[in-house]
Amino acid sequence: MAEMRTGHLEDALFEAREIACTVNGKLYRAMAEPRRLLSDFIREDLDLKGTHVGCEHGVCGACTILFNGQPARSCLMFAVQADGAEIVTVEGLARSPQQLTRLQESFSQEHALQCGYCTPGMLISATALLSENPSPTDSEVRHAMAGQLCRCTGYEQIVRAVLAAADSDGKGGEGGNHA
Amino acid sequence: MKPAAFGYLTPRTREEAIEVLSRYAGDAKVLAGGQSLVPLLNFRLTSFRYLVDINRIPDLDYIRSEQGYLAIGALARHRSVEQSAEAARECPLLPEALQFVGHPVIRQRGTVCGSIAHADPSAELPALLTALGGSVVLEGSSGRRVADAEEYFLGYLMTAQQPDELLVEARFPKLPNGSGFAFEELARRHGDFAIVGVACAALPDGSVRLGVCGANSVPFRPLKAETAAAQGDLQEAGRLAAADSDPDSDLHATAEYRRAMVSKLVERAVRHALERKEGNARG
Amino acid sequence: MDLYRVEDRRLLTGHGTFLDDLSTVPNVHHAAILRSPYPHARIRNIDASKALAMEGVDAVLTGRDVAKMSRPFASALPRQAAYYSLAVDKARFVGEPIAVVVAKDRYLAEDALALIDVDYEQLPAVVDPEQAVIDPDAPILHEDVGTNVALHRTLRYGDPEEAFRQADVVVKRRLRFPKYGSTPLETFGVVAAWNAAEDTLTIWSNFHGPFSMHPVVAQALGIPSNKLRFIVPGDIGGGFGIKTSIYPYLALIGLASRFSGVPVKWIEDRQENLMASSSGTDRVSEVELAAANDGTILGVRMKIYDNVGGYFRPPEPGCTFRPLGNYVGGYSFRNLDVDAYIVFTNKSLTGPNRGYGCPHLYFGLERVVDEMAHKLGLDPAEVRRRNLIPKAAFPYRTPTGGLYDAGDYEACLDTLLETADYEGLRRMQADARQHGRLVGIGFAFGVDPSVSNMGYVDIAATPEERKRRRPKSGATQGTTIQVDDLGKVTVEISTTPQGQSHETMVRRHIAQELGIPEVDITVISGMDTATRSWTIPSGSYSSRFASIGISSAVVTARKVLEKLGRIAAHQLEADPSDVEYVDGNFRVKGAPERSLAFRHAAGIAHWDPASLPPGTDPGIYVTHFHTMPTALPPDDEDRVNSSNTYGFMADLCLVEVDRETGEVEVKKYWGVHDSGVILDHKIAEGQIQGSFVHGLGGAMYEEMAYDEDGAFLTGTFMDYLCPTFLEVPPLETRYVETPSPFTVLGSKGIGESATETVPACIANAVTDALRPLGIEVNELPVTPTKVWNWLQQAQSEA
Ligand SMILES: Cc1cc2nc3c(=O)[nH]c(=O)nc-3n(C[C@H](O)[C@H](O)[C@H](O)COP(=O)(O)OP(=O)(O)OC[C@H]3O[C@@H](n4cnc5c(N)ncnc54)[C@H](O)[C@@H]3O)c2cc1C
Ligand code: FES
Ligand code: FES
Repeated sequence: MAEMRTGHLEDALFEAREIACTVNGKLYRAMAEPRRLLSDFIREDLDLKGTHVGCEHGVCGACTILFNGQPARSCLMFAVQADGAEIVTVEGLARSPQQLTRLQESFSQEHALQCGYCTPGMLISATALLSENPSPTDSEVRHAMAGQLCRCTGYEQIVRAVLAAADSDGKGGEGGNHA
Repeated sequence: MKPAAFGYLTPRTREEAIEVLSRYAGDAKVLAGGQSLVPLLNFRLTSFRYLVDINRIPDLDYIRSEQGYLAIGALARHRSVEQSAEAARECPLLPEALQFVGHPVIRQRGTVCGSIAHADPSAELPALLTALGGSVVLEGSSGRRVADAEEYFLGYLMTAQQPDELLVEARFPKLPNGSGFAFEELARRHGDFAIVGVACAALPDGSVRLGVCGANSVPFRPLKAETAAAQGDLQEAGRLAAADSDPDSDLHATAEYRRAMVSKLVERAVRHALERKEGNARG
Repeated sequence: MDLYRVEDRRLLTGHGTFLDDLSTVPNVHHAAILRSPYPHARIRNIDASKALAMEGVDAVLTGRDVAKMSRPFASALPRQAAYYSLAVDKARFVGEPIAVVVAKDRYLAEDALALIDVDYEQLPAVVDPEQAVIDPDAPILHEDVGTNVALHRTLRYGDPEEAFRQADVVVKRRLRFPKYGSTPLETFGVVAAWNAAEDTLTIWSNFHGPFSMHPVVAQALGIPSNKLRFIVPGDIGGGFGIKTSIYPYLALIGLASRFSGVPVKWIEDRQENLMASSSGTDRVSEVELAAANDGTILGVRMKIYDNVGGYFRPPEPGCTFRPLGNYVGGYSFRNLDVDAYIVFTNKSLTGPNRGYGCPHLYFGLERVVDEMAHKLGLDPAEVRRRNLIPKAAFPYRTPTGGLYDAGDYEACLDTLLETADYEGLRRMQADARQHGRLVGIGFAFGVDPSVSNMGYVDIAATPEERKRRRPKSGATQGTTIQVDDLGKVTVEISTTPQGQSHETMVRRHIAQELGIPEVDITVISGMDTATRSWTIPSGSYSSRFASIGISSAVVTARKVLEKLGRIAAHQLEADPSDVEYVDGNFRVKGAPERSLAFRHAAGIAHWDPASLPPGTDPGIYVTHFHTMPTALPPDDEDRVNSSNTYGFMADLCLVEVDRETGEVEVKKYWGVHDSGVILDHKIAEGQIQGSFVHGLGGAMYEEMAYDEDGAFLTGTFMDYLCPTFLEVPPLETRYVETPSPFTVLGSKGIGESATETVPACIANAVTDALRPLGIEVNELPVTPTKVWNWLQQAQSEA
């Protein structure tokens, strides 16, 4: 019925449209139909393979990106929602592969990655945490990162890496604890 | 796991949103933070011909202190509410309950109103809204109305909201100075939906308000338990709340277990709220 | 700044190459798989016409096509229960592949799934392995087999009857071990390209071996094995044994490509992964232990029902037999009786999962050891001490044929008790109990087998049956080293790592062997069966790297050096035995001025063959396949050294149970490991921590759950509960390092270790906590609901 009323205008709602967004400081334009997941758009259409997909229902966190400065699951957004947005993916964290951020370095030093599949999401989510809270406690790190699954490391080394990058002994002001 | 095709609409005003919702009534669904809707779409457990993305409507992202209540606009994210000074001051139970909702990244995008509109019986915020006797503001083609929490939640993922209505605001009654409060939850893991969750506010006038999730097809207020709690009989409060609950068994917990946990968690929540109230009175 | 591992830079910057990141061939189309919604159903008809009519759809492949185009997968089964890559006549578990749509993209392919009409006739289902065998009314999954028993073997070692006759005390428990899997964060992925012009099939996948599955796939597809090419990328997002079971999909997507005429890509989604990839088996068992009054174990009997699901997929029945050599754990008893049923039910299929068979084994063994100690009023630590294999007994031959290489088990126990302050813990527990708190302390010990002997799989056959076959043995791993004319080194490993830092470790040890800087060495991981060296056992599984993988790399490097030494000696006009290698230079002993640099020796091999010593081939390209002489076929008494090195772990944990909610809190966990020489403590610690969390998941959170009718309940990560940052208790590890005499560096595997003992340890600790109430934990996972139910029962009985 709706179709009869509005005719081909209607069809346009389903069609692919051009999406313009800035990813890691660079402007991209690409076509996407409304249902295209932002994670697929980033990986397939923009060819940025660093963002990983582990569940496509928001639980594992591998696909986490910074969307207008805030961490977000790219598998729970549509590419069309990114039109005009500023996105940062793991590829955009270091200035170059030779000049890593402190967080990336401490991930390596603390052996906070094994297979590395969860790592992009871990780094993005820890980057967001540290920009909001530069010296978190151990417990704050765990709570902030709890939505990111890692099946290899068992997490401890990741906590250590985030604390090391934060210059924090993990105790915070009042002796925060593993809770 | 890819969603079925849909037509995508991005209204720029509330009026426009309501207009498209009523034009496609029944075929269109509001997309807010997407943290509940998109997983369902990806699993193809549900599909809609149209999604009405409200994220580009400018005047829905607010947290305002009003006479008697805290007004949360449809686009206020969990995380902003959690970090808001108004919320901490006027209704500290809300940020406390939000700690139990998923994880920070989910809360960064998920909205308070979305949690309410989704009406998951295991979700924390509907229980809280119910406990406090809050309400929601709905706008549709036939105008604007305010619905009390208790009339709003109808059943599992079902509300009194009409297909052409937009939930524009949730209203959480303020906790008067000198109140005590607590949110207690039992979940398999941190961040999971509750097996059972209990919101409790102990008000300065001596009354106690309770809201329970995970124990019925809708969040509920165990009225008899509130009376017992106000009289300081915590065990009885727990027992009465359990008697009023009608949970189902599922993978994570049996009905008997849930009922027993309603009793324990009500007890714990009331005790904790009363202790805090006392602390407030002294402090 | 230097990074800790060579793998890290690419992985930290988003430049890894995982399967889904590869550019393979042009014009790749995408597959989606239609799966059975029913646990057990006859497929009467499939009508794909509507799907085929959809724009963008290339083809729909069904079981009928697959049965025409391929053969069932070969297996160790005496009775064939045909297993194809798509259901042919019946669906036997929820999630079993029924049809494949090939379309222009994945979105369209999924759209088309909804348009396929399948006419199912639903059949009754059975999910419990014991019931599937003993209940005469249980539905039969494979009519041609006529029973749900896929395989039944009785194994007898020593004189178990006599042991039980002599026993002062016998304890017997019925136990249930749940079905769970390590669910790597990267799911399965396959790209297959059939080349009709050359009749070759190239398959890219994140398969991590063993490459014994290569001939299995070639046979199923009926193509010559040298026309089938497997390519594996350098990065795999976790495996834990699960991806070993990807091979039916290699065949399936290969067929889809052949059928549709286009290259086809399929990336498993998480729902598919949870319902139908692979997991460990669930096991129902009865374990019985005979002991003397002083706690000496005299013998053990086990009756086992292992649930392999709807079909028998090799390397099953590894769950039952892979640990055979270490069935006695760290104990010196010699009498054992095993009655093992491998059973079909309407659940998803199983395979290797971190610890393959050992978590099940130690859950049984360690539970009854604790119950025996309790019955005798002895301390569980003391009972274990009395039974440990003494240090002087190594290498130790177990009654089941295992040859334990080395270990100091008692030192592990001492270290454990001291590190955890066992006496202090017991005092604390006594105090807590006085206050009504339910605090418990649990132990679990285990022998951690690494480097599977390919020979163990033949235990599935009886000795008579084995006589009619060719034997299998060995545990080979190969390495290839090339040194170019400038002395730069490229190493190809065949271990298809999934995060275990093989590139880093191989580079480090080859640099040490060759006496050159690490930066001069590039290590290539991944695999290409058409161009790289590989053999049947290649790959990563059964914690092979730290024993056989690194041994192979080091020995290959030594062969390289030996060749360069000969070249240098010839050049220096000295006898090779007079030439020494110091700081990257070959030099004549006693005349250091007569020397030749490593790179110059290499340069001669490439630029100047005329200057090579007689009989020396030009170039430096050395492949060495390393195996273990201890990996022999089973003997006539069903004894087999099922693995080649054996570590040991002694675990202890402290738990508290919330009386009101039934929640279990693991307050602290201690583990002492003797895994031979530890090559890198940071990496070893990472492996232990990771395997600890997998064990924790199995003990408390993770389960692939079904209802009684076979419906699958845990198809999302909201229901299949992986531990997160907040569920992981503090773990303290210590090491006792007894070098293995069987490996080149004295090292052994460690990657599976903690997974094997954690479930038993937590079960024992929770039992200890609930002992005052008479409650025992004989099934996992210990969920709050379960514990609360036990508490209620105990209360109503009291
Ligand atoms: C990993 C994970 C863990 C989670 N854990 C929890 C948890 O522990 N507890 C919990 O409560 N939730 C949890 N959630 C769900 C989360 O809280 C959702 O964000 C929230 O339930 C929905 O808010 P949203 O803004 O994302 O709504 P959406 O997903 O956009 O919408 C949800 C539903 O509400 C409707 N809707 C939304 N806004 C409006 C509006 N303004 N007017 C009319 N209809 C509207 C939509 O049409 C849809 O039907 C979890 C989610 C994830 C992915
Ligand atoms: S892929 Fe997005 S959260 Fe898992
Ligand atoms: S390092 Fe493999 S999933 Fe985290």
